[in-house]
Amino acid sequence: MTLASHADVSRLKRTHPGIFTKPPLERLRDWCLWLGFLGVMGFGLWWIDASPLRVINGLNKLGLLVTLMIPPWPGDGFWDYCLAMAETLAMAFLGTLIAFVVALPLGFLGAKNIVPNWLFHFGLRRFFDAFRGIDGLVWALIFVSAVGLGPFAGVLAIAVGDVMVFGKLFAEAIENVDRKPVDGVRASGGAGLHVVRLGVFPQVFPVMMSHVLYFFESNVRSATILGIVGAGGIGLQLSDRIRINNWQEAAFIILMILVTVAAIDAISRRIRAKLI
Amino acid sequence: MSLPAGAHFARRLFFREARVSTITQTNGRLSSTTRAERIHSFEDRYRQQQFTRRNWTLLYGALFLAALIGSVAVSDFSIPGLLKGLPMAWNYIAGTLPSLSVENFWADLADWYWGLRFWTRLLVETILMGFVGTVLGGAVALLLSFPASRNLVENTGIYFIARRTLEFFRTVPELVFALIFVFAFGLGPFAGVLAIAVHTAGSLGKLFAEVNENVDPRPIEGVRASGGNWPMIMRLGVVPQALPNYASYLLLRFEINVRGASALGLVGAGGIGEDLYVAIRQFEYTDISAIMLLLILTTSVIDISCESIRHRLIGHNLTQSA
Repeated sequence: MTLASHADVSRLKRTHPGIFTKPPLERLRDWCLWLGFLGVMGFGLWWIDASPLRVINGLNKLGLLVTLMIPPWPGDGFWDYCLAMAETLAMAFLGTLIAFVVALPLGFLGAKNIVPNWLFHFGLRRFFDAFRGIDGLVWALIFVSAVGLGPFAGVLAIAVGDVMVFGKLFAEAIENVDRKPVDGVRASGGAGLHVVRLGVFPQVFPVMMSHVLYFFESNVRSATILGIVGAGGIGLQLSDRIRINNWQEAAFIILMILVTVAAIDAISRRIRAKLI
Repeated sequence: MSLPAGAHFARRLFFREARVSTITQTNGRLSSTTRAERIHSFEDRYRQQQFTRRNWTLLYGALFLAALIGSVAVSDFSIPGLLKGLPMAWNYIAGTLPSLSVENFWADLADWYWGLRFWTRLLVETILMGFVGTVLGGAVALLLSFPASRNLVENTGIYFIARRTLEFFRTVPELVFALIFVFAFGLGPFAGVLAIAVHTAGSLGKLFAEVNENVDPRPIEGVRASGGNWPMIMRLGVVPQALPNYASYLLLRFEINVRGASALGLVGAGGIGEDLYVAIRQFEYTDISAIMLLLILTTSVIDISCESIRHRLIGHNLTQSA
């Protein structure tokens, strides 16, 4: 094998210019995209008032906070924090469970192969999609206003936020089932409900469970912060500690959250691996 | 084909045993077992499998019940409470809906969206926060993803540190970062953007590292063989292969971040959440539904456009990953 010499390269450039340079129209488009990107980025930085001075000042203050956080120490509220953490887990669990129970029939209704009505199916899907755009914290704020402070509002917020996503995921899982067991049940004389129970359900159940476990994990993460708007759990304690500048205890709570989330992730990963 | 004597002996042993034992798996190949015996053995095995399966189901059921009872006890959740609370929640949501009449539709609509100009400004701010946060976080994620890929670094220490850093960025909730940054950098969107950027760096860094670990090693070796140093290998051997996947994940994250930016306002970190917070706290019912509808529309438009770009970038096989 020999390497191409400079003369060869220049000859190749002459004979095949298209390989070495992009056509001008494409280059123009790339330039426009980059300019647009930089423009939006610059505008955004200007809008949020970013300046090196601000970054340096903030980092100084952040460094101060970190020194205040060390060592993380629970003070005398350790058992309160444990209870609040249990409340957080309970909120995530109940929220996921309620969302699952409500989304199960919705998922079947939203699946093309169960309800073959195009308009109905399309409408339900768009409905699911639309409500996904609202963050869980906003739901929590609304439910705190509606049913009062406490974990109950958090449970409802998690449930409502998840129903929409579950509905969509379940509908997709149901649409992807193998047709053969369904045909088998129908051929042996099963009615509509039999088909759903014996032909579709055994196929989609593991998929659904895996989704549910995954969402339980992510709900534990989001439940830790719902307390910031008053929906119970560890977030309430954390935002209180930050508000009264008790950084050692705040750091302890953050560490607690990290450990709990890691533990829940590990457990649910193991169960999910077993399911699939 | 001749087997050693020992194997012959073992085979004979096995077959003789198979004749007396009906539980050994025979698959009906042996002529000496009767039909009844085979059915019996099949049913035995079936019963055994069913037994273990039922035990697992029972175990999971018991765990589930324990978790359920524990949760209900801790969160003082109750069915009467639910029955009482749900109509309250429903009334609240119904109360936020505006009164629109057919004959006076446009005036009613203008009345409902009285603050449209102000809200649009905040909405633009929310989208900008999501954009800048995604870009800054993506840049950090890109830098950290190379040392966090097992196939690209030989030093285990660097790999370990990069991975743990990403994990920390990812696991601390965005809102907690926002709370701390509001304290350090002052109220306003700047703190929000930083919070988004840090969280994005963590989650995108992990995804980018996974992309890096799946690249074809041949271009890397090519660059190394022609004398490239480590940054050159990353730039010329890894990035060109992984670029479409990076872009796709960035777009996905942008969608998520716009949604997240709308919530950051609740702790004073800028965006439309600030006004939503005020509206909810002051019970300005119709404002709540107006802002939520705006949010839903915006996020839907962003979702749909990002999805179509993503599909054009890497084809239709990307499954959604949060």
